[in-house]
Amino acid sequence: MRKTLSLLLFSVLVTVGVSAWSAEKTLKLGVIAELTGDMPAVGTSCKNAAELAVKEINAAGGLQVGKEKLKVELVVEDNAGKAEQSAAAAQKLITQDDVLAIVGPNASRYAIPASEIAESNETVLITPWSTNPKTTLDVNTNQPKKYVFRACFIDPFQGGVLAKFALEKLKAKKAAVLYDVASDYNKGIAEVFKANYEKLGGKIVAFETYTTNDKDFSAQLTKIKAAKPDVIFLPNYYSEVPLQVQQAKRLGITTPFIGSDSWGSAELLKLGGADLNGYYFSTHYAADNAAPVAKKFIIDYEKAYGAKPDDVAALTYDAFGLLFNSIKTAGKADREAIRAALSTLPSYKGVTGDMKFRADSRDPIKSAVILQIKDGQFTYFTNANP
Amino acid sequence: MSEGIVYWLQQMLNALQLGSIYALIALGYTMVYGILTMINFAHGDVFMVGAFFCFLAATYLGLPFVPTLLLTMIGAALVGALLERLAYKPLRNAPRVSAIITALGLGLFLENFTLALAPYPKHIPPLLENVTWDMGGVSLSSLQVIIIFLSLGLMFLLDYIVHRTPVGMAMRAISWDKTFVPLMGVPVDLIISVTFAIGAGLAGAAGTMYALAYPVIDPYMGIMVGWKAFISAVVGGIGNIRGAMIGAFILGGVEIMVTAFFPSTYRDFVAFTLLLLLIVVRPYGILGKPRTQKV
Repeated sequence: MRKTLSLLLFSVLVTVGVSAWSAEKTLKLGVIAELTGDMPAVGTSCKNAAELAVKEINAAGGLQVGKEKLKVELVVEDNAGKAEQSAAAAQKLITQDDVLAIVGPNASRYAIPASEIAESNETVLITPWSTNPKTTLDVNTNQPKKYVFRACFIDPFQGGVLAKFALEKLKAKKAAVLYDVASDYNKGIAEVFKANYEKLGGKIVAFETYTTNDKDFSAQLTKIKAAKPDVIFLPNYYSEVPLQVQQAKRLGITTPFIGSDSWGSAELLKLGGADLNGYYFSTHYAADNAAPVAKKFIIDYEKAYGAKPDDVAALTYDAFGLLFNSIKTAGKADREAIRAALSTLPSYKGVTGDMKFRADSRDPIKSAVILQIKDGQFTYFTNANP
Repeated sequence: MSEGIVYWLQQMLNALQLGSIYALIALGYTMVYGILTMINFAHGDVFMVGAFFCFLAATYLGLPFVPTLLLTMIGAALVGALLERLAYKPLRNAPRVSAIITALGLGLFLENFTLALAPYPKHIPPLLENVTWDMGGVSLSSLQVIIIFLSLGLMFLLDYIVHRTPVGMAMRAISWDKTFVPLMGVPVDLIISVTFAIGAGLAGAAGTMYALAYPVIDPYMGIMVGWKAFISAVVGGIGNIRGAMIGAFILGGVEIMVTAFFPSTYRDFVAFTLLLLLIVVRPYGILGKPRTQKV
């Protein structure tokens, strides 16, 4: 199945390539994904969804730009799970491949450096999954970046959702946090959670850190155990969370855990298995409770890749939806026109729900969902707003 | 027990677990250095390969713990001996720096070879039913007990081999003098291969235990752990087997205790400052002795 698909894709690419050679115009779009490194599942979902979105639009004859219909050509770059390679990939896509716009990277610690390159080269970049405010915010001027957009909500929102959920739904008066202090995403959301939780009357009894690639958390978890929290918040990536939960259980910790959207990869279940049963995390969409527009995407994705699309896949698909929409509105294949169209878009109905945009911000307004891990499945639990 | 003591004891146990794993890897560095005065920088990656052997044995062959451990140790030992035969032996009389560059290159080779085969982090299924005992507030898991005692057992076995058997005597002899020992009928090449194999086998055991304690493995896991084990070996006095064990337990202890009482970001900074100071006071490590250059 996969082979025929990649063959098909290959032939599509070849046709696109040949037609480009025969001087037919195409729309070149770039993708930066974490295909190798510490979160390959994220990059693979992103690449799969991007290829699906492009295949659909090309199957329909291409994208209507002004008077003509143009085929879309995709250039995928791997950032190897490295910040510097993300910046280099953005540079290459913009200057060498001459793409119109970029989708990705996904993790904030890669999206932030790539966004700086896109901004200074005046090329639109939409990150599907990066929730750190700094991705779309110029920290020097405190103004939104002109060329950087995203398809997801941001951490201040998510942190608020989780703080409220822990206090009201889980009735947890005391919380502990263990987070990666060297990673933008983890650090950002941990701090927002702490601020919101304390504002709502909760008490943070332990606020512990570690550094990316650490495998032993026993010292921090022993500290957390001594502080006797009611809930432990782990805003960390899917390859680390299972280790943290397993080590906590070995130290005799029975407190429930909660997490953020970085948990939402099917890999989490493979790596963590039964240890994670019953825990909750906030994320962008629930495949088992999706809007009607999402149904077709979920079915097509499952057919093409043999797995349910995770949140990265859904958000990447939405990022492409936003991009196609604004290219159509712009009416010409021009970077500046795309930016103008995207920044005045009032709302968009995506597979991850309805998004609203404000003129003074690059961040969509949308709601989060809380999922529960039940019998090795992500199960819809509730919708959430702070 | 008061809460303070419970906390302290728990952290001591955590430190013992971490130190045991560092020690098993540090032994490989120290043995190779002792016999060839060469630092095998690919050793951390042999440890990683060991963890992947453990994954293969546990997942694809579905073996229980003991056969997995043995198979991993044998597999890693073969890899170690093979690296020596193919890459280091031809360079034995080359300048020292060539061997070090080769070792770094082999490390990169092992990492990227594994990456090509396994780009995703892998999960090791629980090979042992874990039981956590609560002893007056201090949690002791069966896994911790196994890691600590198995490591100690292997270390004593190694100490016995080196100090009480003919092979060990040959190793010590080669480390003492490489020119005249072959004339006494000692098969130098074989003994060097055996040394590499034993060191790599211990790294394989460390890989298995690491994979059980931290069951998400990836091709780059050996880099940092390898460095830390190497530093343990230097602190203990590189070339000295008992020194490597002491150095590893010190490093494990300092790392855990710094995290236990300070923010985790201080860990490597404080740990390595302490170790640097120790090296300043004892330049040859805790148990190391200065080697006089023979003319």
